[in-house]
Amino acid sequence: MISWLEMIGARALKIVNDLGRAGMFFFWSVVGIFRPPYKLSPIIKQIYVIGATSFTVIFFTGAFVGMVLGLQGYHTLKMYGAEGALGSAVSLSLIRELGPVLTALMVTGRVGSAICAEVGIMRISEQIDALECMAIDPYRFLISPKFVASVFSLPLLTAIFNLVGIAGGYLVGVHLLGANEGAYLATMKSAVMMEDIWMCFAKSICFAVLIVWICADRGYWVHLNADGYGAEGVSRATTHAVVISSVAILVFDYVITSLML
Amino acid sequence: MATCENCCIELVEIRKSFGAQEVLKGVNLPIRRGLTTVIVGESGQGKSVLLKHILGLVTPDSGQVLVEGQDVARLRGRALKELRTRFGVLFQGAALFDSMTVFDNIALPLRERTRMPAAKIKDKVYATLDLLDLRGSEDKFPAQLSGGMKKRVGLARALQLDPEIMLFDEPTTGLDPVRSREVYEMFHQTQQKLGYTSIIVSHDIPKIFNLADYIALLHNGVIQACATPEDMQRCQKPVVKAFIRRVMGEMYTSEIEAQEFARGI
Ligand SMILES: Nc1ncnc2c1ncn2[C@@H]1O[C@H](COP(=O)(O)OP(=O)(O)OP(=O)(O)O)[C@@H](O)[C@H]1O
Ligand SMILES: [Mg+2]
Repeated sequence: MISWLEMIGARALKIVNDLGRAGMFFFWSVVGIFRPPYKLSPIIKQIYVIGATSFTVIFFTGAFVGMVLGLQGYHTLKMYGAEGALGSAVSLSLIRELGPVLTALMVTGRVGSAICAEVGIMRISEQIDALECMAIDPYRFLISPKFVASVFSLPLLTAIFNLVGIAGGYLVGVHLLGANEGAYLATMKSAVMMEDIWMCFAKSICFAVLIVWICADRGYWVHLNADGYGAEGVSRATTHAVVISSVAILVFDYVITSLML
Repeated sequence: MATCENCCIELVEIRKSFGAQEVLKGVNLPIRRGLTTVIVGESGQGKSVLLKHILGLVTPDSGQVLVEGQDVARLRGRALKELRTRFGVLFQGAALFDSMTVFDNIALPLRERTRMPAAKIKDKVYATLDLLDLRGSEDKFPAQLSGGMKKRVGLARALQLDPEIMLFDEPTTGLDPVRSREVYEMFHQTQQKLGYTSIIVSHDIPKIFNLADYIALLHNGVIQACATPEDMQRCQKPVVKAFIRRVMGEMYTSEIEAQEFARGI
């Protein structure tokens, strides 16, 4: 009984400890953005890694999500004789929910895991220690550019996802299934409000921060995890990071939606 | 607190445990300014851990690491950063940035810590590359280097900021005998020129005795002896004697004893 309580206590302590450390991690990473020397090239490199290389993935997922929305939406709406509203159904579900969430999930899988592994390997091979010994702030040098790049890239990727998705829905709904072209565009135009765009934007920025925060943090402190060392520790941390940040994205999606609606 | 007049670093009663294993059990070690102290000891005795204490990468369970009279474990932020700019470090595993080329690795401290223009950085890096016989490898990545080359690149990186205190963790392990002698010569030359204090962890006995001003033997978690190489070889403490005998072989010690006998000591 006592050992059982002890176990719960130890777990709770570890979680509180981890959260506190994650808080400090975030703080120092943000401080790092404003610390000289200011350099553009690491940020641009990270934008390339996080943003540009994700383009293909986002393009294809966006296209197929939009197409399947067109397909499903058309048949459902047709039951009520409302296939004219297909445009608004596709565009609203993409802009409000699916665009930001799915983009963030894809980026977590593609980039979040890479960030965690990269930082984790730098930790276990003493490269982060070496940075500290050269009096180079590892937060400023390694983590801050990733935050900036991700906050730049994710809204753009989300916008691409939405655009391609809406086009995909149009393609399937209008050209394949024969919904009315004018109605698709007109209902979309009248249904989508500026608030929807703002919500999409807010979500994607929030997710951008979450992804880098969680994934980089897991990698940065990989040596403190007692459940695995070396390469195995990094691989565990990476799996953890992807799971935690995916769940966090869905939770925050709910929170932001309920706050902004 | 600092008891030693011309010491720039002083370790006072350092204790450190990892879990149930007590690695350091009260280490006392003065490091004298401008001189070379070599830490020897068998593998796994805690030499690398000791160096990490000096750098403030590991905090002791008890005891103090005084660098110029300041307790490293208590320093934070700017003060710690300032202190670390005085150090040049070569890690045991070299700890090169494996996604950067050799050139970028060596140039990194200059780019991040100084306002030196790019052309000057290039000159300085190439000069070091020549010195360490690394010319032609500047565009390679660490994964494409041999073990000895990695060591030399790490060395080159450590030398860039003209540090006051150099810490080398096994600088010549993995180098061939000729190259390691060259590295020692380079230590000697740069030390003469720059006047830095150096702390070297090495298994390269007896060769390292020529370079060392002081030898410190770490065994069973304490410094068993810290003395000049000559005194070390004459030391009568059983642990020290046993160590010297083991690493140098029976012949060598008896040779000294024979000399001493002849000189009537
Ligand atoms: N982070 C750590 N966690 C747990 N134990 C550690 C850690 N770092 C070192 N140790 C332990 O401390 C002891 C000393 O390690 P250290 O690396 O300092 O040895 P060393 O004297 O440098 O050996 P070598 O000459 O082989 O490099 C070892 O027994 C090692 O297992
Ligand atoms: Mg070692």
